[in-house]
Amino acid sequence: MGLKSWSLKRSPWIFHVCTGSCNNCDIELLDCLTPKFDVERFGILLVGSIRHADALIVTGAVTRQAAPKLKYLWEQMPKPGLVIALGACGCSGGIFRDSYNIIGPVDRIIPVDVYVPGCPPKPEAIISGIVKGLAKL
Amino acid sequence: MRTTIPIGPYHPLLEEPEFFKLVVEGETVVDMDVRIGWNHRGIEKIAEGKTYDQVIFLVERICGICSTSHPIANVLAQEDLAGAEVPERAQYIRSIVAELERLHSHLLWLGLAGHFIGYNTIFMWVWKYREPILDLFELITGNRNDYAMLRPGGVHRDIYKRDLPAIRKVMDELEPANEMLTKAILDDPVMGARLKGVGVLSKEDAIRYCVLGPTARASGVDIDVRRDEPYAAYDKVEWKVIVQEGGDVLAKAVVRLLENFESIKIIRQCVDRLEELPEGDIWSPIPQMPVGEGIGHEEAPRGECLHYIRSDGGNYPLRVKVRAPTYNNLPSFEASCIGETISDVALITAGIDPCYCCTERMAAVYDSSDKRLYDWQDLVRLSQEKTEKIRKELGR
Repeated sequence: MGLKSWSLKRSPWIFHVCTGSCNNCDIELLDCLTPKFDVERFGILLVGSIRHADALIVTGAVTRQAAPKLKYLWEQMPKPGLVIALGACGCSGGIFRDSYNIIGPVDRIIPVDVYVPGCPPKPEAIISGIVKGLAKL
Repeated sequence: MRTTIPIGPYHPLLEEPEFFKLVVEGETVVDMDVRIGWNHRGIEKIAEGKTYDQVIFLVERICGICSTSHPIANVLAQEDLAGAEVPERAQYIRSIVAELERLHSHLLWLGLAGHFIGYNTIFMWVWKYREPILDLFELITGNRNDYAMLRPGGVHRDIYKRDLPAIRKVMDELEPANEMLTKAILDDPVMGARLKGVGVLSKEDAIRYCVLGPTARASGVDIDVRRDEPYAAYDKVEWKVIVQEGGDVLAKAVVRLLENFESIKIIRQCVDRLEELPEGDIWSPIPQMPVGEGIGHEEAPRGECLHYIRSDGGNYPLRVKVRAPTYNNLPSFEASCIGETISDVALITAGIDPCYCCTERMAAVYDSSDKRLYDWQDLVRLSQEKTEKIRKELGR
């Protein structure tokens, strides 16, 4: 384990981007921060800029307008970093995969490390996804 | 000197990512422009390739917070088209699910509004009280969001007798909590100074911009689909429409908080009635869709939600049209934001409940006068600083 991944594991800061989701995964992600689940205990924090983040969480199937921005975000992310596709839409396109305005699931645009399925995934599943991703590093 | 400040288009917790352009002179907003359509997924087109049953699951995913409102409006449109009768028990179940959703949506809004003015305590507390509602949803529908309860001609799942005490228990716990929150917001002088008179939308403007739901009711416009054109079981239970005159952000908060009490009242009456009705009678099948068109509208937590369906008698709808409440409420920013200071914009735009969140995306520009960079976080910070200033002035 290198110094970078060692330091990454301690308090992973996450950046969240919505590329055409229905708000459901996003609310459940925010739910992880509130008193019942309170992931801030483990140092997991939502940050406002991708340049401060260790993990990128993507919700939603990728729409045409969002795809170039998602790619741009991934290029700006400090490496090594985790990319987590959240929800059925992020993993596979879900119910929207046939749409004319959807390019495809997240892994068609950027490489994905962890897939968290579910519509929406429960907060427990989201936390478990982040933990499994960290174990991979 | 005029400066243009763009906000957006991507705020991760918006239903529909939007793009705002603010034109400011000093601190005062003088013009505002809104662009929508960033989250376009082509739902109406996908719906044309789905059967009538599948369309319900699709419209459920238009918005994760209104995931009962859209299906209800859609099944109402389908039942209007087919002329179907819905069993009484299913009507009460629909009302219970819709009101539970209104409770969790209003609490969610209150938490985010608390965050915007720098009261993170409110954010955390309110979201704590919201959790039991989601647990209740998991118990009676099987999922925390996206409940999949609605079905043309009835509902998918029954609410069993063994689950009714759990619903009563959550309501009994929520009522004092909501009372406490209402008092905390109405009696706190800092909150009063921060919210009163901010972003006033007059009654004339509310009518002119055709705003809906709590935004309209806070401006003194007495409209509510639940009373005006009753669906589900709203004409069989006792409740009243909450109307406030202020039109400012405080009035919007008060309308939502008082509506929570009405929702609790409705749920209690529906639960009592479910006790008496026989279990299992929850669906009457629709054998075939006739040729024609149907309209269904429903009072979502944010306002009236309208669905239109046209059929040629086949298995698939020819056309599905959706009009969500935020679409009507957005242009009212023009009336409520202009003349206010930048530090209030975050709060006013949040006031109609388009679901903003703190986690933001950069939209930075140079202000030509002092080379300052503004983004959404800055707006929230300005708003929080203003609260802090008021708090110090009041000596609290």
